[in-house]
Amino acid sequence: MKLLAKVHGVLGACVLALCATVALAQAPVEVPFFFPVAVGGPITKIIDGYAADFEKENPGIKLRPIYAGSYQDTIAKALTAVKSGEPPVTSILLSTDMFTLIDEDAIVPFDDLIKTAEDRAWLSSFYPAFMENSQTGGKTWGIPFQRSTIVMYYNKEAFKEAGLDPNRPPGTWQEMADYASKLTKRDGSGNVTQWGVQIPSSGFPYWLFQGLVIENGVNLMNSAGTEVYYDKPEVIGALQYWMDLVNKQKVHPPGIVEWGTTPKDFFERKVAMMWTTTGNLTNVKQNAKFDFGVAMLPANKQRGSPTGGGNFYIFKKSTPAQREAAFKFIKWATTPARAAQWGIDTGYVAVRADAWETPAMKQYVAGFPAAAVARDQLPFAKAELSTHDNQRVTKALNDGLQAALTGAKPADQAMKDAQREADRLLRSYK
Amino acid sequence: MARTREWLYAWLLLLPASALLALFTHYPAVANLWHSLYSTPKAARPPKFIGLENYRALIDDPIFWQALVNNFWYALGTIPISIALALLMAVWVNERLPGRGFLRLAYFTPTVLPMIAVANIWLFFYTPEYGLVEQVSNALGFGRHNWLGSKSTALGALMVVTVWKEAGFFMIFYLAALQSMSPHLAEAAAIEGASRRYFFWRITFPLLMPTTLFVLVNAVINAFRLVDHVVVMTRGGPDNATELFLYYIFEIGFRFWDSSYAAALTMVLLALLGTVAILQFVFLERRTHYQ
Repeated sequence: MKLLAKVHGVLGACVLALCATVALAQAPVEVPFFFPVAVGGPITKIIDGYAADFEKENPGIKLRPIYAGSYQDTIAKALTAVKSGEPPVTSILLSTDMFTLIDEDAIVPFDDLIKTAEDRAWLSSFYPAFMENSQTGGKTWGIPFQRSTIVMYYNKEAFKEAGLDPNRPPGTWQEMADYASKLTKRDGSGNVTQWGVQIPSSGFPYWLFQGLVIENGVNLMNSAGTEVYYDKPEVIGALQYWMDLVNKQKVHPPGIVEWGTTPKDFFERKVAMMWTTTGNLTNVKQNAKFDFGVAMLPANKQRGSPTGGGNFYIFKKSTPAQREAAFKFIKWATTPARAAQWGIDTGYVAVRADAWETPAMKQYVAGFPAAAVARDQLPFAKAELSTHDNQRVTKALNDGLQAALTGAKPADQAMKDAQREADRLLRSYK
Repeated sequence: MARTREWLYAWLLLLPASALLALFTHYPAVANLWHSLYSTPKAARPPKFIGLENYRALIDDPIFWQALVNNFWYALGTIPISIALALLMAVWVNERLPGRGFLRLAYFTPTVLPMIAVANIWLFFYTPEYGLVEQVSNALGFGRHNWLGSKSTALGALMVVTVWKEAGFFMIFYLAALQSMSPHLAEAAAIEGASRRYFFWRITFPLLMPTTLFVLVNAVINAFRLVDHVVVMTRGGPDNATELFLYYIFEIGFRFWDSSYAAALTMVLLALLGTVAILQFVFLERRTHYQ
């Protein structure tokens, strides 16, 4: 009997405890949040700090930041979870993944969450260039967070040695080619010891190429993501300019230029001008042992650069309370002060104009004017290439570009082949 | 009665392994075949039975064929060389020589390193202008070359990494086999006055055949399995010159999200590897002497 009573007592306690945990579990809203790390710096620490601060201000919400690898790993994990299991409520993914996520029916638009005038004012505070990759079909699917553009870094010492004004970077295509030929140095046997300029072409050449295309007056796709324009004369012309730098002027290294080693080439003075992401700013600042400058990309018909980087998305497999909580966090993480601090800490471009008016950012720019170049270029920036079946359509262009740059195909044939392949892939989305 | 007990006993012993095999090998293979006969589910389009449509698409896919051809050359270029090197190194470090332990360690080191780290190291070896390979070839008076950045040399450059990585691993198997070989054989051969070369080709090499078979099967599987360095070094570029079969499956499955087409490609890989393994066992078994 005694034993039985004991068992009863234990059982009772268990039931009580169970009730208590159930009651507790109902209180906070769980928000799992996937994020990738794509640049150097203590990103994980910053994000964990955000989560802690946010929870302190919002006790009803339990934000769970989960580091999920590269952008590629993160979307793979999120989409796999959508198909089987529990996806995150919110995640940072490439802005160009928008159509993929819509086609998989994985995300919800922000329009249903934006209710107050304050929310609408918040939405309109982002740079329009960043919103181009975040909206389609009249709806907003992503909120800009860690965004970037392409800029040109140049070695001021090399400029001086070549008799160029170190404070006047090339402003046009013609100038860039002229400067590059002055900056290209050859040794006695004709081997190049310092190249004039280099534009990386490994992995995702389309992104850097898109800079040339926009400068030549067009873009690569429509905003509905159903058409691409790889074989437009302006696009072929942009590729021809790039190829001429390699083959005619011989001021750009031949073959495929590796993205990952390009900053190192620059530090080693193997190249005087390089095109790469603004996200490399902190890296260059720390590692370049010479005076360097940052410039907007040169113009042909106009200035221009594609945007890049990641947006916040909210996943469909979630409760309304979770969506509200995630939305609250996204608004919290993109206030002017936080957008500014995030930009300073990481090198990403602060995503809204008023972030640049904050005291912290003003002080930072005053000490390091190069940080503002990306901002000044934003009015000329356009959406990054993104379509339905995005990665495949993009691969068609990448393959064409690499074929042209390795001399396997002439410019017009490479782009026509890429266009044919892209048309085939996109036919079912028209 | 005793017989049934024995049967039961045998089956119980086999159960854990066969359950794991069925769950993680056989079921996925069959499920994969099943998926490859359906269209890829998209939000608005549930999967529907399309029969061999994915396989038909595969025949028209130029990148599939290129990946297959690339992988063929990759296998042909890496397997014989890494096995020959492994054998050479094993015989060499099996001798009594000073610093033998250190030499063995040195040969084995590449195997211990993670492939991603290896790929990053080699990425800098191959860097144009100031990479290690460039510096050496410059010092020797050869011209410059962008090894990973031209279609003609990119695949070869990856093969070198693979051989470097694999040879040390295979060496360990050969070394173990050599160590277990009876020293009487060498003594007897020495008394008979056989030359070292004769001894190697007539005694050592045939006795190593079981190891060679094992290593060969592994090497073939690895030739299709090792793609980590592709991800880091070239991502299949330039213009698909280093697109290997498994990497292509990964791209289709997890970048393009075309899971049923990826399933069809996986079936091809499975069939290919299965055939090669059967051929190896059937033909080489005959020439293999087990001690």
